[in-house]
Amino acid sequence: MAGREKAVKVDGEGMQLLQGTLDMIVLRTLSALGPQHAYQIATRLEQVSEKLLNLNQGTLYPALVRLEQYGWIAGEWGRTENNREAKFYAITKAGVKALGEETARWRQMMGLVERLLNEEFQI
Amino acid sequence: MKRIRRMMRQMQAMFGGKHADAEMERELAAHLLLLEDEMMRKGATPEEARRLARIKLGGVEQVRIMHREERGLPFVESLAADVRFGWRQLMKHKVTTTAAVLSLALAMGSCVAAFRLVDALFLQPLPIAHAERLYVLSRQLIDQMGAPRSDDHWAYPDFVRMRDVSKKNADLIAVSYTNRYDLTFKTDEEMEKAYVQYVSGWMFSSFGLHPTLGRLLTQEDDRTPGAHPYAVISYDYWSRRFGKDPKVIGRTFRLGEQIFEIVGVGPKGFTGIEPGTATEIFLPTMMHPWVSRADASWFRTLALVAPGTALEPLRAKMDAVSRGFETERSKTWTGMPPQMVSMILAARLLMNHATAGVSTLQGDYRQAMVWLGALVLMVLLIACGNVANLMTALAASRAREMALRVAIGAGRLRLMQMVMVESAMLGLMAAGLGSVFAWWAAPMVVRMISPASNPARLALPADVRVLVVGLLLILVVILLFGLAPALRASAMQPTMALKGGEEMQMKRRSMYGLVAAQTAFCFIVLFLAGLFAVTFHRLSSQRMGFEQKGLLLLETESPHGQTPEAWAQMGEQLRSMPGVTAVAESGWPLLSTGSWNGSISVNGRPPSMTLGYFLTVSPGWIDTMKMHLLKGRAIATMDTFPGEAIVNERFVKDFFQGQDPLGKTFEKTTGSGEQKLLCRVVGVVADTPYRYLREEVLPVAFVPYRELDDKGIVKKESNGTFLVRTTTSDPMAMAAEMRRKVAASGAGFRVSNVETQQELIDNQTVRERLLAMLGAFFAGVALLLAAVGLYGVLHYSVMQREREIGVRIALGATARNIAQIVSARVFAMVLLGAGVGLMLGLASERFVASLLYGVKGTEISMMTLPAVVLLLAVALAAAPAVMRAIRIDPAVMLRSE
Repeated sequence: MAGREKAVKVDGEGMQLLQGTLDMIVLRTLSALGPQHAYQIATRLEQVSEKLLNLNQGTLYPALVRLEQYGWIAGEWGRTENNREAKFYAITKAGVKALGEETARWRQMMGLVERLLNEEFQI
Repeated sequence: MKRIRRMMRQMQAMFGGKHADAEMERELAAHLLLLEDEMMRKGATPEEARRLARIKLGGVEQVRIMHREERGLPFVESLAADVRFGWRQLMKHKVTTTAAVLSLALAMGSCVAAFRLVDALFLQPLPIAHAERLYVLSRQLIDQMGAPRSDDHWAYPDFVRMRDVSKKNADLIAVSYTNRYDLTFKTDEEMEKAYVQYVSGWMFSSFGLHPTLGRLLTQEDDRTPGAHPYAVISYDYWSRRFGKDPKVIGRTFRLGEQIFEIVGVGPKGFTGIEPGTATEIFLPTMMHPWVSRADASWFRTLALVAPGTALEPLRAKMDAVSRGFETERSKTWTGMPPQMVSMILAARLLMNHATAGVSTLQGDYRQAMVWLGALVLMVLLIACGNVANLMTALAASRAREMALRVAIGAGRLRLMQMVMVESAMLGLMAAGLGSVFAWWAAPMVVRMISPASNPARLALPADVRVLVVGLLLILVVILLFGLAPALRASAMQPTMALKGGEEMQMKRRSMYGLVAAQTAFCFIVLFLAGLFAVTFHRLSSQRMGFEQKGLLLLETESPHGQTPEAWAQMGEQLRSMPGVTAVAESGWPLLSTGSWNGSISVNGRPPSMTLGYFLTVSPGWIDTMKMHLLKGRAIATMDTFPGEAIVNERFVKDFFQGQDPLGKTFEKTTGSGEQKLLCRVVGVVADTPYRYLREEVLPVAFVPYRELDDKGIVKKESNGTFLVRTTTSDPMAMAAEMRRKVAASGAGFRVSNVETQQELIDNQTVRERLLAMLGAFFAGVALLLAAVGLYGVLHYSVMQREREIGVRIALGATARNIAQIVSARVFAMVLLGAGVGLMLGLASERFVASLLYGVKGTEISMMTLPAVVLLLAVALAAAPAVMRAIRIDPAVMLRSE
């Protein structure tokens, strides 16, 4: 997975989120909901994780910069429903492709970890 | 792909930082507003909403930093900051920085220049296919003095046998020594010189070379003696002499009595196989006059070994064949003492790598280059020591700054990076200047090692190899002087630095250590330079036994031979020219390295083991040379050889046991032993050098140039040298006029070369002069650098101890006490260094012995002179700092604290 595998500290439960994982989640959110601004993405994350992932919203920014530099997302300034200014990020074609690849790899990895964990229980 | 893309963006981001920052600020502000909206919706007051929004986002500053780090290349950015900061630091100490850069540049430039020479002469592979499989054959024997001697001259019939026996494993190639010959493309009046080499016809195809124009020589051009008058010229010669004229093919030139036709131009860059000599014309070996002779050795034998061949069986096979050839030949050597015959037959054939080619220049300069390299390296080490001390001093003056950086959380690696960046900047600046120096210095040395009349041609490419060596050098140098200060800076303990104390003491100690090392190196350089200088002086100012000033030498040919009378008449015509006081004739000039020898037999005793040497001279020769006739008379007009002879003192000592030889006779035995040439001694002259300045005086017999053949008839001479004694200080100025005079005589004489006796002497001291000059130069540089370094260390230590010295003065210490306190340690270090240097110098002297002449390292003056010079320099360098220490005013000092 790209980027430095630095752990992003998550408040509360002390659950740790790998950087690459955050990238994938952001991509997935954008592909499912269409163009979103950083605040929307962060809010969405909180909802989906049922507050389990209560991260500082600022930690999203490095991920956004990185994804933009890869060319997987593209940002554009626009207006929110309340007529506030915000930068909307949309997933690009390359991003869709990358999300597919990353998801497949993630599933593979999860399957492997699952199998290993189950095996340990059987012993 | 995505990484490359990201890298590009990151690099872009580094330059568009301001715009990206503004964009990010805008985005963060918008984000905060949205958050505030949400908080307000949940019922928070505007104040509270602002606060909560900021908490939710996380520290704005942290987000900014994270953003920037993710966006750009943080390592490069911090490096750029270090470079900017380092530059400011260096500029703050302009004088010291300049001194460091200059000394380092000089040393590094010298190193690269030395490498360029070594590379060109010994390392650069020949521009041919499979140079790595090229060997040169030689024979090694133990001569009558018990010294090993190597000989790479071969005779053609021997070569043919060796070639036959090794056909399967190696391709043997005959390559003559490149010689400067007279030839003409037009008439005899327009003779010119060119470097000519006779080579096996198949050499070009074996070397995988292709013609630029026309064709190259082939096996077919090298079958029958005298039947292939074809020539290939080098690309270089074609460009210089013919301006790349394609019509050069088919042009003819005359060399000796033979007309050759140019059939092709060789590939670009190929100038034969002798580094230092650029061959211009290649001729087939079959055109060499000696190609059928078994008793003439005139070329080198190269072997291009087939891949995967075991060398030893191949060597042994050729060795056996060659030994068989010599054994057969030795049956005709009846006149030679049996010990000498067995000595020659005991020779062992050797195969040596010839990847970089073979030349006499290599042999002459191998050791000299090694020692020059050593001198250069020592100078480099001294320079590195200086810069290391400078860096340490700079670091010390910044100790507080460093401590502060550590205290506010700078990482150790980050600090190291900072100091190393400064070192690297110094190193790179020095390297830039140094490469300019190397650019200029290497060709200059090549000019120095070659006489103007016969310039050495050494290809000095500034290629990848030089670049790699240069870069390695920079790296090593930066590590050498930069690593220690960097490590020390990174190990900084903030409390200690802020307090001062221990740490400082340690720094001074390491600086003193460097002073000792520098002094040792400096002493060795001075010592060796002294030896080289004295060698040159003794060699060039030795007593010649004749007067070389004003003596012009005209090497003259008469293609069809002329009688001694005709030569004498020609001499008379030259004698009548204004400014000429005397003219004589001899076979060749003394010290032109020509030689003619034979075993000597006195009173019918068996021929001697030691050889006697000969030179034919005309009646007026001794007077013209201004040689000293000790006994008897000079050569008279009707004297002949065999018949009469004048011998030198050494000859009397060796063959007449020092007894009066006048009226006694000796016989010169020729190699075959059939002919005994009887000579009666009519005079004795003082010893003079014969072939080489460096060699011991040889026993020489000067015999009349009126030679008789075995039927007793006077021979016609086709070669000789007119010695013209002039009254001018620059006899060369008369050369052109004399050439004309000789050509106009109508007697068929032709001047092939003009030189002065002084030139011949100078040619033999070229290497010694080079070593003496470069030695002196490096000694000067080393001394200067060591002095500068010492000055710097003392200056620094006085600054560090200002307070202590002030207190001592306040307590009544005298100037003498202070001088002692300040300089005692340094002087102890200098003495230690000089002692170590002396021991190392004496130990190394054994290895330079072969480069020396008439001087030994154990001579008292050779040891004391460098020591005195060094101490003087040290005293001079120490004076300012000591004066400064003595002048410290305790009142001023204490008030400033």
